[in-house]
Amino acid sequence: MKSVVKTPTPQSANLLVGLDYSVLQQCMHCGLCLPTCPTYDETKLEKHGPRGRIALMRAIADGELAVSKAFGDEMYYCLGCLACTTACPAGVNYAELFETARAEVERQGVLDTPKRGLIRFWVVKFLFTRPRLLRLVGRALWLWQASGLQSFARRAGLTKLLPATLRRLEPQAPVIRRRFSHELMRPVEQPDRPADPARRVAVLTGCVQDLAFSEINRATVDVLLANGCEVHTPPVQPCCGSLHAHNGDLASARALARRQLDLFNPDAFDAVISNAGGCGSHLKTYGHLLHDDPASAAHAAAWDRKLKDIHEYLVAIDFRRPAGPVSRPAPTTPVTYHESCHLCHGQKISAQPRAILRALPGVDLRECAEAQWCCGSAGIYNITQPDTAARLQERKIDHVLATGAQTVATANPGCHLQLETGLRTVLSPGSAPRVAHPIVLLAEAYRAEHLSITD
Amino acid sequence: MATLPTLDSALAERLGSHRVLTAREDILPYGFDGTAALKQLPACVAFPRDAADVAFALRLAREHRVPVVTRGSGTGLSGGSVPLAGCVVLCLVKMDRILELDPANLTLRAEAGVITQKIYETADAAGLFYPPDPGSMKISTIGGNVAENSGGLRGLKYGVTRDYVIGLEVVLADGSICWLGSKCVKDVAGYNLRDLFIGSEGTLGVVTQVLLKLLPKPAARQTLLATFGAMDAAAETVSAIIAAKIIPCTLEFLDQKTLRCVEDFAKVGLPRDAAAILLIETDGHPAAVADEADAIENLCHAHGATSVRRAATAAEATQLATARRSAFSALARLRPTTILEDVTVPRSELAGMIRAVDAIATKHDLNIATFGHFGDGNLHPTILTDERDAAEMHRVESALADIVEETLKRGGTITGEHGVGLAKKPFLKRQLGDQSYELLRLVKRALDPNGLLNPGKIFD
Repeated sequence: MKSVVKTPTPQSANLLVGLDYSVLQQCMHCGLCLPTCPTYDETKLEKHGPRGRIALMRAIADGELAVSKAFGDEMYYCLGCLACTTACPAGVNYAELFETARAEVERQGVLDTPKRGLIRFWVVKFLFTRPRLLRLVGRALWLWQASGLQSFARRAGLTKLLPATLRRLEPQAPVIRRRFSHELMRPVEQPDRPADPARRVAVLTGCVQDLAFSEINRATVDVLLANGCEVHTPPVQPCCGSLHAHNGDLASARALARRQLDLFNPDAFDAVISNAGGCGSHLKTYGHLLHDDPASAAHAAAWDRKLKDIHEYLVAIDFRRPAGPVSRPAPTTPVTYHESCHLCHGQKISAQPRAILRALPGVDLRECAEAQWCCGSAGIYNITQPDTAARLQERKIDHVLATGAQTVATANPGCHLQLETGLRTVLSPGSAPRVAHPIVLLAEAYRAEHLSITD
Repeated sequence: MATLPTLDSALAERLGSHRVLTAREDILPYGFDGTAALKQLPACVAFPRDAADVAFALRLAREHRVPVVTRGSGTGLSGGSVPLAGCVVLCLVKMDRILELDPANLTLRAEAGVITQKIYETADAAGLFYPPDPGSMKISTIGGNVAENSGGLRGLKYGVTRDYVIGLEVVLADGSICWLGSKCVKDVAGYNLRDLFIGSEGTLGVVTQVLLKLLPKPAARQTLLATFGAMDAAAETVSAIIAAKIIPCTLEFLDQKTLRCVEDFAKVGLPRDAAAILLIETDGHPAAVADEADAIENLCHAHGATSVRRAATAAEATQLATARRSAFSALARLRPTTILEDVTVPRSELAGMIRAVDAIATKHDLNIATFGHFGDGNLHPTILTDERDAAEMHRVESALADIVEETLKRGGTITGEHGVGLAKKPFLKRQLGDQSYELLRLVKRALDPNGLLNPGKIFD
């Protein structure tokens, strides 16, 4: 088979060639990453594992391989779950390699088709860089869902008229909330009992989180207030750019990072809080993303130091353990925890969410097998690689159900949706375990405590 | 290779085209194994399903006079599975079924592509124990372990892979399928040819199935971590433990460079300021374990240990052993290229050998970290370098030659557990002597007259 290069470009412009070679060389191909790679596990082919992918990237950097469609396909077959980075004793920075490789794939356009180009432009470049427009689209979707038009269309079989891809995706669409984050919280909220010394934090509301899980953002603010923090939540926030960076559009990612830095001055806060694993993982790398930009580099580095995942921050400030209801013992609820890849592998935050769950009155935390194995959501992977995503989803749901948990806690909107749709396909809505963010459970526990006192 | 198009299409016809890879993007990741600085693109990579497929491939290769390199997960550390130009790589990872666990005879039969960890876990679930635990056991295949006669952390008390293989199925160069060995504890029917194939590095045949001996699971284990202010003190402690007639299951040594890298990765609380540590595990009857652990602790203190910590739980013990297994890869944090040595000396020579390695590092101005299985005399001096620095790589060559020289002078061997492959090939004759070396080649010629099975490995 011959490699096809659509747009030959000077080797010097190649992003993989331009990459610091030591990052590629860091991989000493011991293979210890392989058993943790979901795509290697699926096929047992080296090119579908981290070691093989890095070998391909290095071959490109060495001028031994052209950026071909096969290479591009491979880079998009990778989930980007970063499980390999947890397994890697040598400390290979796979996240950087993977983002650079995808950016080069896009730069050379080896995967370009008119349809793909159109979707990438309107969704990635246009919609997800305009928060107000995104909310408008969200509002329209909400109207479609809440007005009953959606269920009418489904009952009437109208959804069968959709093209195959959309028909498959339609049931997976998130349920849009009636009220978005800015309608649920004020730009600044003060705690009843401020901590001493005072704590001032900013909360990032995200994109999908804002439209489909705004209650998680509200719960995040509530929990921070309950721990004595003054909470700042600007009503209109740009996308963090993780979608762009993970999909080969580093220029948009940089532009969005700069907008984020313009909106939040990290020096003004004790911490900037993210509650979505995927966003947080990317948000913590602004320093690296903008290190070549003299105007933003120092600011971005300061941002990285302030950016905290909500679980990480709560444990660091020794969050207040919710007391059980006074009048009656809390019933015991079996809960399991599915780890968002970019929370546990991207940010190495694994113990903190469990510490929070264990602190909840009446929660019996049951470990589920392969809690750190990707659920198949992986950003937009369930759209781009539906078959592999579906198999990973099934594997995850099996493990979750085996625990007998009534609640599955997870801290990333993609995982949240993937678990909900996965559970819905095997169980009726009434009997399926509830999917909830650990922080929502903590906020509920604080509220229950309050109720029992006033009861 | 003018003949190859027909060879790979014939393979694809039998195996299905998805089991035969020829595209550059597909085969490039099979151009290397776990060994530093060695790579070569094969002509194609095939995934047989069983011994019959392997026999077919070998007959075909003989017909076409094409070399065959057998590979498992490609974690070898002597270049044993690095391809040759124009060769077929037979990758056995899809032959990954455990065929039988026989609790009445304490045996387990598995296809060659089964992951070592899965064999350990399957035995463990039945209350049994498969001791060999090479550093890569989470992904290495049992077939690869047999081909390289892999060791591990438990070699001191439990031996190496060879000590657990009581039978194997091997496909010869002419495609005949042979079974060697049985479930019998005693079996002296004919030559012990099974042992000929263990550690033969894919040069005599392709091992497709193994029958393994299992042990009852030890009732108790205790792991200890001893910290030392000087490397010599750690070496002397090891000698003292052996001299006290204690054979721990594991007796591992890590110098400061290694333990710091391991700690940076695994974060298990290793003392970063220590000059050296010993990781010791004793297992067996609970009473014996308690006795041995006390005796070991006393010996550590008597020989200058600055502290001795006992693992509180089984999970902590596993964590420490897992951290230790990552040592080689973790050292890659320091320099781009890590060249791992595997020399082994009689245990009485350990302290002297450690000092010699230090002197060699100074002489050639190189950064060498040392860890290893002190209890069985198997050292892993690891040269931290950069393969792109030609001048430094030249010094590395000289240092490797010096290390081998020191080892042989002390009655040691050039490889304790990684095999000769490509990495140790230049030194084999010196260790064996002319006549023994010729004997090896005689065996090779007898079993592989056309020289197609992993040619150029072990010797030319």
